[in-house]
Amino acid sequence: MRRRTLLTAAATTALAAGCGGPSASSSSSKSGRGRLTYGVWDVYQMDAMRRAAREFEKTRPGVSVDVQLTPNGTYWTKLRTACTSGSAPDVFWMNGPNFGLYADAGQLLPLETSGANAVLDPDDYPADLVSLYRWNGTQYGAPKDFDTVALWFNKELFDRAGVDHPDASWTWQDLIVNAQRLTDRKRGTYGLAAPVWAQEYYYDSIAQAGGWVISKDRKHSGYSDPRTREGLRLWVDMIHRYKASPTLQQLTDTDATQMFQSGKVAMVQDASYNAATFYADPELRAKVDVAPLAKGRRRATIIHGLANVVYARTAQPELARDFVRFMSGRRASLIQGKYGTAIPARNGTQQTWADAMPRFDLKVHLDAVGYSVPYPISTNTAAWSHQELRWLARAWSGDESLTDATRSLTKAMDKLLAQEGKGGAR
Amino acid sequence: MSIDTRPTAAVPAPRVPAAAPGDARARRRRERRFLHRDKWWGYALIAPAGLGLAVFYLWPVVETLYYSFNDWGAFGGTTWTGLSNYRTLVTDPEFWHSLGNTAIYTVLVLLGIPLSMLLAVLLNLKGMRGTGVYRTLYFLPVVTMPAAVAVVWRWLYNGDVGIINQALSVVGVHGTYWVSDPATVHFAVAVVGVWMTVGYNMILLLAGLQSIPQDYYEAASLDGAGRVRQFFSVTLPLLSPTVFFTTVLSVIQSLQVFDLVYLILGANTGAGITNPAYTDGETVVMLFFQKAFYDNQRGYGAAIVCALFVLILALTAVQFRLQKRWVHYG
Repeated sequence: MRRRTLLTAAATTALAAGCGGPSASSSSSKSGRGRLTYGVWDVYQMDAMRRAAREFEKTRPGVSVDVQLTPNGTYWTKLRTACTSGSAPDVFWMNGPNFGLYADAGQLLPLETSGANAVLDPDDYPADLVSLYRWNGTQYGAPKDFDTVALWFNKELFDRAGVDHPDASWTWQDLIVNAQRLTDRKRGTYGLAAPVWAQEYYYDSIAQAGGWVISKDRKHSGYSDPRTREGLRLWVDMIHRYKASPTLQQLTDTDATQMFQSGKVAMVQDASYNAATFYADPELRAKVDVAPLAKGRRRATIIHGLANVVYARTAQPELARDFVRFMSGRRASLIQGKYGTAIPARNGTQQTWADAMPRFDLKVHLDAVGYSVPYPISTNTAAWSHQELRWLARAWSGDESLTDATRSLTKAMDKLLAQEGKGGAR
Repeated sequence: MSIDTRPTAAVPAPRVPAAAPGDARARRRRERRFLHRDKWWGYALIAPAGLGLAVFYLWPVVETLYYSFNDWGAFGGTTWTGLSNYRTLVTDPEFWHSLGNTAIYTVLVLLGIPLSMLLAVLLNLKGMRGTGVYRTLYFLPVVTMPAAVAVVWRWLYNGDVGIINQALSVVGVHGTYWVSDPATVHFAVAVVGVWMTVGYNMILLLAGLQSIPQDYYEAASLDGAGRVRQFFSVTLPLLSPTVFFTTVLSVIQSLQVFDLVYLILGANTGAGITNPAYTDGETVVMLFFQKAFYDNQRGYGAAIVCALFVLILALTAVQFRLQKRWVHYG
């Protein structure tokens, strides 16, 4: 998972102004006092989270919720330590790559999915998100938001090169040919940026080529499958063969999103959570738009989303479950959508997110759910995703052939997955 | 370092020639009793600092050593695995690579000591004007946060828009991607390392220079020694304890370098590991951080830092052994 690094806080404030008042409906208010802590990591979502927490407090007199922000860089380190010592927040954000570790170690409380005490109804959310937070048949997370990946493009650069804007009909071939046409050596602009990013680039292209990252039983790496390699080759070729992307060195010195924002590249594959950043810059707002990812052997995008989870050793399991029910529920989702920082996971509330940024064709990101592929995870995802980045960077930079790099990667990843089987990560 | 608490070293017992033997015995008894009390006072006074040291330094050292013999999971569960982590360590190419990188960095930063000496000598020259200003300028990087330094240098080094390459292009040189090119990354990082430490070493050496009595120089010039001869025969030997001190400190600090390199390589932005020069820039402490805090292999991480600790200890011991050959005291 790539961290959001360059965002401006302006996005949230601008959009918050358009946020309507609280709805009049009030859920059955129970009595009881209590103080809940809610751990989050994204400063740009703080306003929306605080707002939703206030709404929850209104439905539960005597209850107060303390939204605690820990920056992404230290969130996981701190949370692990807090879980070890029994002092983690009652409810906190979880992501796919970290979920396996927490669920497997029994750090999370199961959430009922049916009956009178149901915390969530699986049918209310995209299926891939619900299954992302299920471990050995038990549900541990209630989806909070999601992000899909799409092709963001700079209209100005397209028009200058006389290339038609991308649309749903684009295949990999169109992507390659047009990226080359958009590359202008004299001006130093490129058709497309191809960094070593998992969620936005190679996980998507692997799925589009019909390959796979990890086996269903989470025991084997898919990096030696020829189709998986085909998905990776698209980006390596984009740099070395078609010369339509900046080199990995250039992309190391200047971030791909940054290059896109400054008009150095015409196209970038980006997740929906960056839409608010682009929208916040008035100049960029007028210049860029979004289209579906180009089709390979099939159409695919990676879907990933966060979930609200309950800490296993919370002092107030019932209150915490109620809070999760609320935060992943309809009202909190509508609030979240209006702030525009993330697509709410709850079905029927997602349009609010797109409506918050009417100048972009954000339907693309919402429709992508129809052909999405879940984010690949195992118990200790972080360990092998580090190996992915390390080895794939060697292929991207041209230091090693893709075949050699993926061979080493397969070996390293299989070894780590075998260690997981022995419970090494706990 | 051991602190000598015997009374004779600090206060020589006064000789009183004409005194009865009984008197002397009584006095010695009194003295002993006083010293006994005194010793406890001493311990009581260093207790706050000693306690902090024990809790925050010594105990974690012991714990880390213990954990290096364990598999230590993300949530604190440990299982004894004996030497397994160390066996992995000696066969891990990434560890040896990072050790090599750290060694190169250390050697390059040591080259900054002659530079610091040159600056110190220049600032010590009689009749130099504005020494206060220069002293401050050279010392500024020392008091600046490494994180800020790294972020600024990263921009200076940027291959496309960095000021270094823009300056080079004026004279027709096409600069490289300094911190993402394996060929230049060692050099680029070390330049910043030197830049950050040169002021500190300079101040220490300057103090050393100023403590050399003028008489030696007067005697030397009477004997007909020129400025250069004076430097090598008077200044350098008398400065050698300070040079030794700065060398030892430099080596220890360089072997532990982390934040500066981590940030210059861009590891904080997520682009770090995919930096083509990452494996050629990665230091031992960076590897430890990666293994312990991202890969959740904390036992292995503990083994890495324990190995580094032993290495630093050994290198420092060797330096103390070798100093007898070149360091002159008094």
